[in-house]
Amino acid sequence: MSEPRSVSVAELVEGIGMHVFNSDADLHRRITTMDINRPGLALAGYFRYHPAERIQLLGRTELSLLEGMEEREQRLRVYAFCSYDRTPCIVIARGLEPPPALLSVAQAKRLPVLGVGMVTTRAAAVISTFLEARLAPETMMHGVLVDVYGIGILITGASGIGKSETALELIKRGHRLVADDAVIIRRVSDDTLVGSTPPLLQYLLEIRGLGVLNAMTLFGAGAVRTHKKVAMVIHLEAWRDDVAYDRLGIDEETVQILDVELPCITVPVRPGRNLAVIVEVAAMNHRLKRMGYHAAREFSDQLARAVEGHDAYD
Amino acid sequence: MVEQKVVVRLRSGLLARPAALFVQEANRFSCDTFVEKDGKEVNAKSIMGIMSLAIAHGQEITIRAQGSDAEEAVRRLTEMVTKED
Repeated sequence: MSEPRSVSVAELVEGIGMHVFNSDADLHRRITTMDINRPGLALAGYFRYHPAERIQLLGRTELSLLEGMEEREQRLRVYAFCSYDRTPCIVIARGLEPPPALLSVAQAKRLPVLGVGMVTTRAAAVISTFLEARLAPETMMHGVLVDVYGIGILITGASGIGKSETALELIKRGHRLVADDAVIIRRVSDDTLVGSTPPLLQYLLEIRGLGVLNAMTLFGAGAVRTHKKVAMVIHLEAWRDDVAYDRLGIDEETVQILDVELPCITVPVRPGRNLAVIVEVAAMNHRLKRMGYHAAREFSDQLARAVEGHDAYD
Repeated sequence: MVEQKVVVRLRSGLLARPAALFVQEANRFSCDTFVEKDGKEVNAKSIMGIMSLAIAHGQEITIRAQGSDAEEAVRRLTEMVTKED
């Protein structure tokens, strides 16, 4: 479901507030990778493995290298450097001016030359952050995302199992709704998923028999939030007598979303079971585990010690 | 997995009321049903999911189903959205 995404150079210019040196350049070029290249080696003449598809960021080092060259050599290098169609744009940092030779070749190729005032490493960080937010892998999941005691919990399960009702009860208990029914999940870093709601459904909640409700107007601004890091998954499923449910909780099950492993708990649903309380306690237990206290393991260790001690007396 | 690409013919698209009817129909089947638009896939049994896609008249969607009555489900749901009203 997640597809390769891209950002146009025009969006980058607007998002970061860059200056465009050649305004007739092709600002529709697409940026498809989050990586940034500082083309020192390319400008020195080494073009093997030159990552042309990345944004080319030039700082004081690269500009002084170019300025130190003979005119003919400079023209040659700049020509080779600008001749890749897949290069999205060149960025000059520190508010410096591009060398005239570079600008004229780029102009001929309609390759955008952009300027930012920041120092080069800072510019690289800002561009990276911007691209990560736009290019992060994304998927839509069926479920409810709630913030319970600061833990983002994704409640999944078949239609009609009671996900939204559980969310409603949690809101009444002072927790927050992030998204009901459709959750957009993005991988913002290698091990972090952030969930949010599709813009059209912000603050909305659907309860069978009541219809579509607005949690923000019903319960106030404290009952909702726009996005939240997903820390665990609680899967609700209809109670089946032939399935053995976890009674100890010593082993941790996990589920993979966008290649990120998340702890997952399967909770069987039966009429009369208070799911909101179970979700609340699961959140607290998750926090305890992260703080280093694992009740089930502690219990099993104590049991083992007791048995050992008993053996010693016999 | 049964799959069908369709162009929505309902004059007002698949918004509020038609969406509710669509979801109601999907819920009558035991199979898992999905609707995809522009690479975004949602559960067809979820009203919020369907509404988040904002499916308008004339747009193309893919209806998908998996399970014992998948074929019948895709046939019924396709029929619903291609109906000229």
